[in-house]
Amino acid sequence: MPDLTPNGATGGTSGGTGVEETRIVTRRLHDRVDDSWTLDGSLASGGYEVLRAVLAKGDAADVQEQVKLSGLRGRGGAGFPTAQKWSFLPPNSFPRYLVVNADEGEPSTFKDRMLLELDPHQLIEGITIASYAVQCNLAFVYVRGEFALGHERLTRAIDDARGKGFLGKNILGSGFDCEIVVHRGAGAYICGEETALLESLEGERGMPRIRPPFPAIEGLYAKPTVVNNVETLSTVPHIMQMGGEEYAKLGVNRSTGTRIFSVSGHVNKPGNYEVELGMSFRDLLYGLAGGIREDRKIKFFIPGGASSQWLTGSDEHLDAPLDMDFVQQTFGVMLGSGAVMVFDETVDPVLVAWRLAKFFAHESCGKCTPCREGTGWVEKVLYRMSQGLGRPQDLDLLVSVGSNISPGLVNAPFVQTTICPLGPSAVSCVASIDKFFRDEVLTRLSNDAGVHA
Amino acid sequence: MSFFDDANLTKAREIVARYPRAKSAILPLAHLAQDQNGWLSQEAMEQIAELTATTPADVLGTCSFYTMLKRRPCGKLVVSVCTNVTCLVVGGPEVLDHLEHRYASEPDVTVEEVECLAACGGAPALQVNYEFHERVSPSSAEEIIEAYRSGTLRARTVSGASVA
Ligand SMILES: Cc1cc2nc3c(=O)[nH]c(=O)nc-3n(C[C@H](O)[C@H](O)[C@H](O)COP(=O)(O)O)c2cc1C
Ligand code: SF4
Ligand code: FES
Repeated sequence: MPDLTPNGATGGTSGGTGVEETRIVTRRLHDRVDDSWTLDGSLASGGYEVLRAVLAKGDAADVQEQVKLSGLRGRGGAGFPTAQKWSFLPPNSFPRYLVVNADEGEPSTFKDRMLLELDPHQLIEGITIASYAVQCNLAFVYVRGEFALGHERLTRAIDDARGKGFLGKNILGSGFDCEIVVHRGAGAYICGEETALLESLEGERGMPRIRPPFPAIEGLYAKPTVVNNVETLSTVPHIMQMGGEEYAKLGVNRSTGTRIFSVSGHVNKPGNYEVELGMSFRDLLYGLAGGIREDRKIKFFIPGGASSQWLTGSDEHLDAPLDMDFVQQTFGVMLGSGAVMVFDETVDPVLVAWRLAKFFAHESCGKCTPCREGTGWVEKVLYRMSQGLGRPQDLDLLVSVGSNISPGLVNAPFVQTTICPLGPSAVSCVASIDKFFRDEVLTRLSNDAGVHA
Repeated sequence: MSFFDDANLTKAREIVARYPRAKSAILPLAHLAQDQNGWLSQEAMEQIAELTATTPADVLGTCSFYTMLKRRPCGKLVVSVCTNVTCLVVGGPEVLDHLEHRYASEPDVTVEEVECLAACGGAPALQVNYEFHERVSPSSAEEIIEAYRSGTLRARTVSGASVA
C-alpha cells in the first residue's frame, strides 16, 4: 500500500462521509459567490495584500525560494517543479516573458475556466508576483478563444488592477513595472501545448516547436520565456502568504499542496473539488462527488484528462492516492490536468475510445507523420469497431499503429516518435482497452465477424 | 476602401501596438473583423495584413488553422454543441442531432459539433456565440436558441464579444 500519511496539516482526508475539500485557491469564489470576480470582492477578501507585502520586502530571490520550498509543481499537465522551471532562465538576458496558459482544452478539464471567470484578480496577483520573482516586465495570458466571459472578466480585472496601481509602471511605489496583455486563441486544442501556444501568440499556425531550444532559453520572440498554467500561478500568492514550508506540509510526498480536480461523467455531483493531494480516488468520487448515479458501479475512469491512460472501478485503483508520482509509477497513468471522467457499467469503452481518438485526430496539427496519419487510422478502426463492424485482428492492428506513435504504449512519461505528446496521448485509449477490456473486445470482434461473414 | 470602420480601425491600431511584434495581432484582429462583419472575408484579411505588416497569404495561412475563424458567411448565431466523451455519455449527440435537423434550412443559425467546452460539470453543454448553456436537452436547447432569435436573450457577436 502507498504511504497515505499526509505531509501534515489541516483539512484533507478523513474517509467515509466526512470527506472535505481544502479550499485555498477556490476559497474566495466559494465565499463570495456574488462578487468574487470584481475588484471590490477581491479587495474585501485580502486581494493584492500579498503582492503589497512582497514588493515592500523587495526580495525577488525570496519569492523563488518560497516557491521552491513549497514543492509547487505545474498544474497544466506535466507536473514540472515550478521553481526549477523559473531557474532555467539565463541570468542577465532581457527582455524575458511570462506566458500564462489559459487555453484549457483537455477534454473534461474545467478548472481554469472557473478560475478565470470567478477569480481573475487572484490570477493577476499571482502573475505579478511571479513576474517580480523572475524579473519580467511583460506577461501574456493566452485565453482559450471560446472563453468569452473569462476573457471579458480578465480584461476588465486587469484594467481595474491597473487603476489601483497593482499593474503598470512603478507598482505600489516599488519601482517594479509589469504589464499584462491578454491574447485570445481562436479554436485549436494544440495551442495548449506550450510551444504551439508561443507560435500562436506570434501570429502563426499553432504547431509545436522541436526542442531544444526550450522556451526558457528561446521562447516567445526567441526570448527567454516561462510558460505556466492558470492554477499554478493562482497558487503563488497563497504560497507567499503561508510560506513555502507551510504549504509543503499539505499534500503527500512530492505532490504537495492542493489541486483542483474536475470530476465529470456519471457521478451524482460533478464539479470542481479542491483537495489536499494524497486523498484517494474513492474519497474524491464517492465522498465529494456523491458516488455513481443510481448506485451503479464504475466500469472505468480516466484520471488525468483525455491524454491519460485509464483506471477501473477496482478497489486497487479506487484506493490509490492522488499522488502524481505514485499513480505514474504504479499504474502508468497521470494526474495530468486534474480531470477525472467517470463512466458507469452501461458505457461501451470502445465508443469512448473512438470519441477520444476522433478528438485527437481532429486536433492533430499535422506537423509530424506518425501523429497526422496514425490518429486518423486509429479513429477509423475504432469507429468500425464501435459500430459492430470490427474485424478479429482490429485490436492488434490498433496496438500496432499505436506503437508506431508511442513505442511500447507506455504512458507518463510518454515514449514518442513525434514532436509533441499529442500523438502518444491519442493512443492512451488504445492501450487502455487492450489492457482492461481485451477479452471483452476480442469476443465482440469475433461475434461481429460472424455476423458479417 | 477600409474594411474596418473608423472606431474599429482605431481599436485595431491599439491592439497592434500592444505587442512587441505586429504579426502577433493577427488573431485578435481576425476576431475584431468577425465582431464587425459576422465572418472573416478576404477584404478583412487584406487589411489585417496591412496592419500587421504581413501579406494576405500570411494572414490566410494563420487564420485557416483555427476553427473559430469563419472564412465563409455563417449564421448570426453560431451554436456549438459538445459531443466529447462526458457529453457523449449523457446525451450530447442527441442534442446535436436535433438541432442540426431543426435548423438545417435556417440560414441565421449555424449548428456545429465541437470538442470539449470545459463545461463537463454541466454536461451536456453548448454555446451560443460563445455563451455557455449547460445541462441542455434537445428541447431546452431549441428554446434557448429561439430566445436569442426573438431577442429575449441578447447574443454576443459570432466571435463572442458582448454587444453594448
Ligand atoms: C497537447 C497538449 C495540450 C496542452 N494543453 C494545455 C492547456 O490547455 N493548459 C495548460 O496549462 N497546459 C497544457 N499543456 C501543458 C503545457 O505544454 C505546459 O506544460 C504547461 O502549460 C506548463 O505550465 P505548468 O508548469 O504551470 O503546468 C498541454 C500539453 C500538450 C502536449
Ligand atoms: S505529435 Fe501531432 S500535434 Fe504534436 S507536433 Fe506532431 S502532428 Fe502536431
Ligand atoms: S465533454 Fe462536453 S463540455 Fe467537456
